[in-house]
Amino acid sequence: MTDANDIAQLTDLQTIRKGINARKLVDKIFVALALGSLFSTLGVLIVLIGKLVIEGSKRFGSGFLTFITSVPDSNPEEAGIKIAIVGSILVILVTASIAVPLGIGAGIYLEEYAGRGGIPTWVANIIEVNISNLAGIPSIIYGLLALGVFKAQLKLGETIITAGLTLALLILPIIIVTTRESIKAIPQALREGVYAIGASRWQTIWDHILPASAGGILTGIIVGLSRAIGEAAPLVTIGALTFLTFLPPVPFSPKQGGGVYGPFDWLFAPFTVMPIQVFDWVGRPDPGFNVVNAGAAAVILVFMTLSMNALAIYLRVYFRKRIKW
Amino acid sequence: MDRTTIAREKLKAEVVNFNFFYGNFHALKNINITVAEKQVTALIGPSGCGKSTLLRAFNRMHELYPGTRHEGQILLEGQDIMAKDVDPIEVRMRIGMVFQKPNPFPKSIYENIAYGLRIRGINKKSTLDERVEQALRGAALWDEVKDRLDKPGFSLSGGQQQRLCIARTLATSPEIILFDEPTSALDPIATNSIEELIQELRNQVTILIVTHNMQQATRVSDYTAFMYLGEVVEFDKTNFIFGSPTQQRTKDYISGQFG
Repeated sequence: MTDANDIAQLTDLQTIRKGINARKLVDKIFVALALGSLFSTLGVLIVLIGKLVIEGSKRFGSGFLTFITSVPDSNPEEAGIKIAIVGSILVILVTASIAVPLGIGAGIYLEEYAGRGGIPTWVANIIEVNISNLAGIPSIIYGLLALGVFKAQLKLGETIITAGLTLALLILPIIIVTTRESIKAIPQALREGVYAIGASRWQTIWDHILPASAGGILTGIIVGLSRAIGEAAPLVTIGALTFLTFLPPVPFSPKQGGGVYGPFDWLFAPFTVMPIQVFDWVGRPDPGFNVVNAGAAAVILVFMTLSMNALAIYLRVYFRKRIKW
Repeated sequence: MDRTTIAREKLKAEVVNFNFFYGNFHALKNINITVAEKQVTALIGPSGCGKSTLLRAFNRMHELYPGTRHEGQILLEGQDIMAKDVDPIEVRMRIGMVFQKPNPFPKSIYENIAYGLRIRGINKKSTLDERVEQALRGAALWDEVKDRLDKPGFSLSGGQQQRLCIARTLATSPEIILFDEPTSALDPIATNSIEELIQELRNQVTILIVTHNMQQATRVSDYTAFMYLGEVVEFDKTNFIFGSPTQQRTKDYISGQFG
């Protein structure tokens, strides 16, 4: 074919239409493949959760209240997850109150202070690469670290505080990195405008940078916390109990030997959490435990995680609305 | 450069043997200009001539970024505001700035203006209300926004956003307002309203404006500095710069031969 023919082809309507049809076919094939991957992923998830719901269904009927308000028992139909639910909530509370301020503080420093009077930017970048690497370390390693530091060295025992500290270490990298990323996304023009009006660095951060990046930061926090709520491995390593029949002491409630509990005694109480309860039940021979109860507890755990993610989405939308870009 | 022409007006600020460096790049070379009180001084010149750099030195904006260095002085009523022992926050509280692209805070119209007052310790609702109205009137925006002060600053049009930014600065009663090409992101009608506003403000506050637009400089300014490659080529009353420039390069630039 000569050059002249090639050029003629460019203006020939028949050839143009043929070319368009061929490219549209590629489009259709891609859409089909993408839809296929979407449904196979969703399908696996639905089958998984569906199986758990069916297996645990015996405990979701009239016995549901018993299931969530009872302590563990050797009879599967009497056993419940009250201790584990309360344990999960308390551990997450401790985790959040440690990881959130530390993570946000570190993220702010890396983005707003490093290279602007603080440590040089390249040092901050090296630190961040290392923090990102920490996010990829298997959680059981954090368990081993906690076993050595919190349990053996600091003698905190197999308690809620040890568990909270361990999970806080685990999710700190997630919170630090998302905080830095959200702050980085704030346009420089906003910073300049705030400084130009005479604001100090802290006023700039507190009054403008943090509110404007709150949506992203909160998303990071909740993604971190919902990871923490599902972790079993590091807590097994530090020696969480699998069979616990009493709740941590309520502050100022009367002690058995007289007097009252202090406001923070619950921190030093033994605990169990939802994933450990599931793990324990799965390992028992009785199908009443390893199928029915484990399935039902797993459904509750999935529900807890999903509601935290739903909260993350809600907060992101809420803050996006409140920040009046 | 002819300083005798300025002697009749009060001197507000003075740039003395000022040099500025980005790393090894010598961006401003031995700058000497004066800024007359309650007059408009324009900085013109082709892109990259250093006019924005000079303007941003006045409120030490460059300190937000690493790797800059300067020599010489910028005197505000005789005090060197570039000195190390002068807090940049103090400088920025005395010298306000309006940027090239409108950059309202992502807050309500009211809060955009109240913020500068709040950080100056004014928290009384009645005082804030009064100052917000005053500033919005001063920026010719009050009639357009008085019924929706709680709406986001970003809900306004580009020209209104820029006037909001001017109002935000006016509210804090600065001694000098720096305008960094304030109309380059705006359409002709919005540009016109900003220029009219600058005309109205000229007798209340000292204004320093960077502009690409030579017609704008002739319309709004009393003094003009023509800058080229980091140097002030010529500085004089605006009508002299545009009517009878003494330097060949100034003539070439204002006649549109380069730029």
